[in-house]
Parts: sequence; C-alpha cells; structure tokens
Amino acid sequence: MSAAPRPPRFQVEVDADRCVGAGQCAFIAPEFFTQDDEGTSEVLPGREETEDDPLLHEAADACPVRAITIREK
Amino acid sequence: MTEPVAFPQDRTCPYHPPAAYDPLRGGPPLKRVTFFDGRPVWAVTGHATARELLGDPRLSSDSQNPAWPVPSARYVGLLNRRTPLLQVDDPEHRRQRRLLIPSFTLKRVQSLRPGIEETADGLLDSLLSRGNEAELVGEFALPMPSKVICRLLGVPFADHDFFEEQARRLLRGPELSDVEDARDRLEGYLRRIIEEKQVRPGEGLLDEIIREQADVEGEFDPQELAELAFILLIGGHETTANMISLSVFTLLQHPERLAELRADRALLPTAVEELMRHLSIVEGMLRVATEDIEVAGETIRKDEGVVFSLSLVNRDESVYSHPDVLDWQRPARHHIGFGYGIHQCLGQNLARAELEIALDRLLTRLPGLRLAAPAEEIPHKPGDTIQGIVQLPVTW
Repeated sequence: MSAAPRPPRFQVEVDADRCVGAGQCAFIAPEFFTQDDEGTSEVLPGREETEDDPLLHEAADACPVRAITIREK
Repeated sequence: MTEPVAFPQDRTCPYHPPAAYDPLRGGPPLKRVTFFDGRPVWAVTGHATARELLGDPRLSSDSQNPAWPVPSARYVGLLNRRTPLLQVDDPEHRRQRRLLIPSFTLKRVQSLRPGIEETADGLLDSLLSRGNEAELVGEFALPMPSKVICRLLGVPFADHDFFEEQARRLLRGPELSDVEDARDRLEGYLRRIIEEKQVRPGEGLLDEIIREQADVEGEFDPQELAELAFILLIGGHETTANMISLSVFTLLQHPERLAELRADRALLPTAVEELMRHLSIVEGMLRVATEDIEVAGETIRKDEGVVFSLSLVNRDESVYSHPDVLDWQRPARHHIGFGYGIHQCLGQNLARAELEIALDRLLTRLPGLRLAAPAEEIPHKPGDTIQGIVQLPVTW
C-alpha cells in the first residue's frame, strides 16, 4: 500500500514594511494572522507553514497593500 | 459623441447611485467626466481597475499639488490647508498613520465594544423616555459615534454641539466662508485641548501620542497633532453617523431584509459589509497623476485628475451579481467602501463595530421602528459630500 500523497504545504509571510495596519487579514483569517501592539500584522506563531486554506487566500486578496505572500513549498 | 457626464451629482434615491450616472455603468472601467469648473477628469468605475490604481504610487493624494482636482466650489478654500493622513503621500503619510494605528487595531476595538454598547443604550434610554417619536439623526445616529470618538481621543463630549455644528458647516457649507471658518474654529479648539493636555495629561489617544512623542522622539508638533485630531474627529463621527442613518432608512425600505436581521442577529456582520457596499457613502475619492499611467487601454497623463466613484465600483456587475439588490447572502467582502491601498480607512474596524452595535441595539430596543414621514420627503445629503440622511423622523 502506497502512502497517501502529502498535501501541499504553503509558506505565509507578511511584509511588515508594507503593512498599513488596516487589520483586514486578522479580521478575515484570525486563525492565521494577528496585529502586534503597534498595529502591524504578523503571522501567528506556528502558522507560518501551513496546509492550504481558502481563508488564507481571501485574507491575502483583501490586504489593501498586498503585503501578504503565500508560496507553495 | 455623447457629452461627458457631470460629476458629482445628487442622488435621487438616498441609497442608490445618482440616476444621472447610468451612462457610466458597465463598459470600460475608466471614463471621462466633467467637474463643476469644466475640467475633464477620469472616473474609475470598474472594480479591478480601481484596486489596481488605488495601489499605484503614481496616483497622489496630495491636495497641495496645483493640478489637484476640486469637485465643488465650496472646497476651493481648503486647498491651501494641510490635511495630514488623508491628503499626503508616503513617506509623510506613513509616519502619521503609524502614530495612530495602535489605537485602531482589532484588539483595541474589541476592548471598546462594551463602552460602545453602553453609549448606544444610554442614548436609546433617553430617547424612549421622551415618548414614541424621535429624529434619529440628532438623537442617536450622530451623538453615538460622536461620544465614541470623543472618549477615544480624550476630547470632552460636553462640547459636542460645537464641533458637530462646525463639522456640518465644514462638509456642507453652504458658503466657502463657512468651510474655512469651521476649519479654523475646530483646529483652534483642538489646539487648546492639546495645550491643556500637555499641562494636565488625561486618558485618550491624544494623551498617548503626546506622552510617546515626548519620551521617544523628544520633539512634538502640537499643530500637526491638532490637524490629525481634526481628521479623526470629523472622520470618526460624520462618516459613521451617515452610515447609521442611511442604513436604518434603507432597512425600513427593505422590510424583508429587516425581518431577516430581526430573526437572526448572526447575520449582522455580513449585513454590515453588504450595507457598506450598497450605500457607498463616500461617492468620489480623488487623486492626481504624478506620471503618465497606462491602464485598461487608456493613458492617464501626468497632472490629470482621477475620481473613484465608489458607488459604481461597488456595483460592478462583473464582481457582484444583481448589484442593485440588497442581499445578506452575497459575499460582499472586497467592496471598496473603506477605500483601498495605503489610505484605506484607519478606523474601519471601529466603524464596523459601531454600525453593528447601533443596528443591534435599535432592533432590540425599538422593535416597532418605522418612518414618521413619507420616504420621499426625507431629506438626504447633496452629491458633493458624504452621503446620508439629513433628518430621520421615526416612530415605534
């Protein structure tokens, strides 16, 4: 019996230099993103590498400055 | 060739784009319109193009640019004034925004919610104690966000009559001199508050900024802070007040949608997004090109003006099916009711919370809410300012 194919893994990043603190990512996908005390968004610890999730893409698409990148590993 | 459409124009129905904009709907995402002074300006009406251009640094928000497009004669007098945050570009914009964003994060807004609920209930208590009729703008829609932003900034609400009146003159004149004078008075008032806070610090966003700037940077610009406070005070209550009043009016004209909300409050967050999309209270967002920009098969030349018609962008049929229908089931996210790009509304999380709480408390406390005048006699705002209801007589 062969092992099931491994689901694709994604690397999630927020470019803090671009972030304008609108909080859209943390609003749409609070399981993946949060805002630090300065208002800058960041990926929640442990969620930088993840399986695919539609909310992740929705959050990236909603970011007003396109500061979120999702790369397939 | 057809004549370019004049922009802006008044809405006929308070919650639909002006019927006069019909020729601008559909078709190419960029069209020519004409401003009051005869100037041709690019109107952006397509959703994808709007997002592309609002993220383009070659479109400037700097109203001090001599090529800045002015949408109404009333605003000519404000051209020589600095409007921080809203009408500046990066890097200055970024520095100013960074001062403010810690006060508007989702966590901060979450912590403000009990206070907002208390404010809404307090206003409804006194409204109910006066009988079974009210003018909902003056007695609820305006004082509620006004109290919230005062508390957040650390500005005494006792002065609200003064700054609400100045905000009204600033946004609706009627004369150019009203606009200039209102701005002078408001800025002078906030300057005095800030000077007082420097001597006797209190609790609020302004106090925090004064403290932080004194500690970290060793320099502090009270004039800039007064200008920022001015933006937050106006932006924080006029826009939200208009959303509340126009949302209530719209719901009363859509009894089925209202019944759905009454039956299931869990619909409120999506209803707030759909109302933001449907009502698009900021009709025209302005920019000026600092370089030639090729977009959607057209060239926006350097120094040409651009206006984003949010109501048309938010009803782009290629993105929203049956865009003129109010529908709680549609995915309304990605509307640009809060703008897009580096200037996207700083207070959007607060605005969402306020609108959600205002509607929830109104539905609960005034279950028989209805208009106390024929809908067509209810006055709404002119086309060259933030859209909303002027006076909303209701009964229950």
